[in-house]
Amino acid sequence: MLRDEDRIYTNIYGWEPFSLKSAQKRGDWDNTKAILAKGREAIIEEMKLSGLRGRGGAGFPTGLKWSFMPKESDGRPHYLVVNADESEPGTCKDRDILRHEPHKLLEGCLIAGFAMGAHTAFIYIRGEFHNEGSEVIRAIQEAYDAGLLGKNAAGTGWDFDIVLHRGAGAYICGEETALIESIEGKKGQPRNKPPFPAMAGLYSCPTTVNNVETIASVPTILRRGGAWFAGLGRNEKNAGTKLFCISGHVNQPCNVEEEMGIPLKELIEKHCGGVRGGWDNLLAVIPGGSSTPMLPKEQCESVHMDFDSLRELGTGLGTAGVIVMDKSTDIIHAICRLSQFYMHESCGQCTPCREGTGWVWRVMKRMVAGNASVEEIDMLFEVTKEIEGHTICALGDAAAWPVQGLIKHFRPEMEKRILEYRKAAA
Amino acid sequence: MRKPFELHAEYQPERFEFTKAFQKKVDEAISLYPKGRQQSAVMPLLDLAQRQVAETGAKANPAYGGWIPRAAMDKIAEILDMPPMKVYEVATFYSMYNTAPVGKYLVQICGTTPCWLCGCDNIINACTKHLGIGMGETTPDGKFTLMEVECLGACVNAPMVQINDDYYEDLTEGSMKEILDMLAEDMKPKIGSQKARKASMALSGPTTLKDRAKKAGVA
Repeated sequence: MLRDEDRIYTNIYGWEPFSLKSAQKRGDWDNTKAILAKGREAIIEEMKLSGLRGRGGAGFPTGLKWSFMPKESDGRPHYLVVNADESEPGTCKDRDILRHEPHKLLEGCLIAGFAMGAHTAFIYIRGEFHNEGSEVIRAIQEAYDAGLLGKNAAGTGWDFDIVLHRGAGAYICGEETALIESIEGKKGQPRNKPPFPAMAGLYSCPTTVNNVETIASVPTILRRGGAWFAGLGRNEKNAGTKLFCISGHVNQPCNVEEEMGIPLKELIEKHCGGVRGGWDNLLAVIPGGSSTPMLPKEQCESVHMDFDSLRELGTGLGTAGVIVMDKSTDIIHAICRLSQFYMHESCGQCTPCREGTGWVWRVMKRMVAGNASVEEIDMLFEVTKEIEGHTICALGDAAAWPVQGLIKHFRPEMEKRILEYRKAAA
Repeated sequence: MRKPFELHAEYQPERFEFTKAFQKKVDEAISLYPKGRQQSAVMPLLDLAQRQVAETGAKANPAYGGWIPRAAMDKIAEILDMPPMKVYEVATFYSMYNTAPVGKYLVQICGTTPCWLCGCDNIINACTKHLGIGMGETTPDGKFTLMEVECLGACVNAPMVQINDDYYEDLTEGSMKEILDMLAEDMKPKIGSQKARKASMALSGPTTLKDRAKKAGVA
């Protein structure tokens, strides 16, 4: 188990105020000037050394991402955009950073902004997090009042502004180019890539979009050194600490910061009081937010919670939103409800996703009742394959994977449901 | 679930103007974005229009909640120098903009899988029975509108609902009814977890940072 002294988020549950004064006692904003004095290249190198991979779901190496920003400005401003549009079902970690540790995020913005030559950061927060957004605004105001933001931010000689932009209810705005469109005052529909945001993002200027947890982890990593962070976790590619959200059928659902690569079973038993009704009552786990295919109990026994271990099993760490389902769960309904989610959240731009997500949901509804034929399971699988990889953004893939996971692991259950329905009808 | 945007519905007012207080907020919102990029302020302005309507509606009889009349969208188009259609597009794309009248308290019940696993169906039943309306409907006194929504991002505190700006978490049928009863009297229920826990900490007490918890008087 991760030692308390190695935790980044010491106020994750909000026991102490989020205020600047309280945050400074926790070590935030402590000589930020010295970090920036190392210079842009050194900061990026240190981030590469730390092995931090993006905490928003895709797991792209953070230092490498920053290095894609142009070294010199061609006259266009550079932008840092923080993705606080946390909407992936099962995920509620960024919310705790926003409301309880906002100064870690703000300080991280200044450092990351400096490292990519940006003088402005936009924090895009989902609209439903109204109170959390208001707390971030108060924290931003505190930072301005203390000279930590604005002209010569924190005495670093770097001018830096942070603007909070509220979303208004659209899961798709968590996709980075949709998010950029949304800040520009448009519908949140993803853009084709290339051009990538680092070349032409917000207002067609070089832009990097990072997740809240990624940016908020930066100050601590740079203070304690990349080697410290890299020394935690399973290996250099799966390093550091991670906030996990464990929801569903556990005795004590909670958020907790743990070491990357902690065994799933240990995570559930140590922090969540175990599976409801005991470990043997476990049916399946969705390991990384709704988009990641589920793991049946057999795989849950020994799997480690990191990017590569989960990838080997055909699923992913995603946002580390762990959804636990015990044996009482109607697993077909659980996935059907996710199909409804993706249908609702499809932006409507690409035909395979717009039409396909609705199609999948309607068939899934019949699968829940059993009102289908066994051959339709194969057809359903094929349709998800027609959506996957055929859309501008990954929402199509995200809609396809949970259904594919269901068919892969619980096909007999689906067939049984169909036979039962037929028997009852006869 | 949500009522469609009808440009010529009988409830659409002829005109909309921001009040002085709201106009100040409008100017502040526009000032946050680079010059020439004022279109970025369309989302904050739609939100402000909805909030201004909600302020008036809270005092009206029968009461109503925040929504955005077409006239407000046209006003915003004028302020930001956008074609009105572009404003309609944004207003109808995002689920938090109500393009038709709603009740004073907009009860949005999360129904996505993590909340469903934890019994959101019971919360939906408690609400429909207690208020005597179906999902998507508004009580005759204009106080409550019920709606099922997608994941609100508080999954470890499931089941939960959002009512206007506030989250109510770790709900039971009993606590849900109490919240509705208090709101019916325009009282302010405690927001956040309805059980004895702080935020997303385990209900039985923290499993980490125990020394800090002690110092903060939590456990």
